[in-house]
Amino acid sequence: MTADLAQSGSATLQQEPDSQEPIVVVDDVSIIFDVKPVLQNISFTVQRGETRIILGPAGGGKSVLMKLVNGLLKPDTGSIHVFGHDVSTMPEVDLFKLRSRIGMVFQESALFDSLSVGDNVAYRLHEDRVSEEEVHSRVIEALQFVALENTIDKIPSELSGGMRRRVSIARAIITHPDLILYDSPTGGLDPITSTTIIDLVIKQRDVTQTTSLVITHRIQDAYLLARSRFNTQTEKVEQIPNNGIDDSTKFLVLNEGKVVFDGTTEELVHSNDPWLKEYLS
Amino acid sequence: MPFVSPEIFAKQTLASIQDYSILSWRAVSNLFTRPRYMADIYTQMDYIGVGSMPIVVLTGFFTGCVLALQSATSLEAFGSVSLTGNLVALSMVKELGPVLTGLMVSGRNASGMASEIGSMKVTEQIDAMRALGTDPVRKLVTPRLYATIFMLFFLTIMSDACGIAGGALISIALLGLNGSSYFHNSYRALQYGDVVQGLAKPLFSGFIIATVGCYFGMNTKGGTQGVGKATTQAVVISSVFIIIVDLIVTRAMIGIFGR
Repeated sequence: MTADLAQSGSATLQQEPDSQEPIVVVDDVSIIFDVKPVLQNISFTVQRGETRIILGPAGGGKSVLMKLVNGLLKPDTGSIHVFGHDVSTMPEVDLFKLRSRIGMVFQESALFDSLSVGDNVAYRLHEDRVSEEEVHSRVIEALQFVALENTIDKIPSELSGGMRRRVSIARAIITHPDLILYDSPTGGLDPITSTTIIDLVIKQRDVTQTTSLVITHRIQDAYLLARSRFNTQTEKVEQIPNNGIDDSTKFLVLNEGKVVFDGTTEELVHSNDPWLKEYLS
Repeated sequence: MPFVSPEIFAKQTLASIQDYSILSWRAVSNLFTRPRYMADIYTQMDYIGVGSMPIVVLTGFFTGCVLALQSATSLEAFGSVSLTGNLVALSMVKELGPVLTGLMVSGRNASGMASEIGSMKVTEQIDAMRALGTDPVRKLVTPRLYATIFMLFFLTIMSDACGIAGGALISIALLGLNGSSYFHNSYRALQYGDVVQGLAKPLFSGFIIATVGCYFGMNTKGGTQGVGKATTQAVVISSVFIIIVDLIVTRAMIGIFGR
């Protein structure tokens, strides 16, 4: 299963003409809701294969930034390029095609409550008119990845919050997207379930090297992501030996709509910014 | 309810009209391009058409009954009780059938559309649909629009027929009229223009019910309270629109057919 995902992930990566080009480029983006500025002059880039953790207190504009990257919202100023396409000016019709390369996990899962787990996960395949046999095998494959293959016939209201979040991850990865957006995947979950979800994010990162943006306001989740790896031999997530840090994981810290920090885990830990020090402590 | 300045109110109203117009245009035009969600159209036809049949049949039947009773009292003063059939048929086909059916379907389905789509909006399911590459207007609004227009047309015919049947029951059982004469008078009273007028109205009402219901659903804000508000607004505004458009269509039809 993991080998299949790895294979398909690398296959899609090879389709890119210029592998050095950043996957996401956010340039001087601002957005105001009513009269309140939610994001102000945000700029950062996400390279291919990078996992960018967007950290910050609640209400700092993290989810809005995620929706801007997926073209679900339009910025008031600035531009956002995803796979080289400017999603801030793109018509919605073209965005629908572009989004076939992007998987998104929503804060509250956003599963279709009138559809079964299997139909939720298969939603995009049904839209693409994929044959029922292939749909079934790929749904099983995606649900096995999140260890929920026995819930295929259940409806979302029968599942716990953590299980719903895992189904949402399965729905996001079923088409092997080139970019995955996780909007607070551990929000509102207990610590044990949060660890399970973060383990899945690590597994997805290390097995397919998919570029991803992960929003979290839990510092422990962010450090877990930066300091752990998925061992393909033991099929388990483990800490990187010798206090090692995952090179592909970087941080963007937002506070009150502004970028406070943009850099590597090492730089974050050794930052002298007083607000950042207090926040991380 | 907070007071806003006339300028802000005017801007908000204009923006709402603009959004409603764009949504309606997209809902109509989507049927002419791919992908088309035919299965969703049939599902909505079943829910809106077949599901609304009991209330439409009952409303039409009892309206016909009451109409026969009321008109007979007035017609008796002129010695024209035998014309009850004419009055019931004309009233049902031209006015009461289309309007009452529209209002009943509006109460049942505009509210259903607003609450269903509104719940999806506040739980981010609409955003999830967009993120999964599906146009929510194409998937949710277009099937409801065409299903409502198509089914309301036939529901109105059914309501007209039940109304005339209800009038017949009262005329025969309580007023002592001859059944054959009642139906003969009813048939003779109706002219081509009357039928066209009666069948044109549900097309407009269906459009109003679906677009208003979906518009308020798609623009729901503020959690469960917002869903309740959207549902109420959808029913109130679609009902008022149905009656206003009924007046306009009636005037236009009188202009065209002369009656």
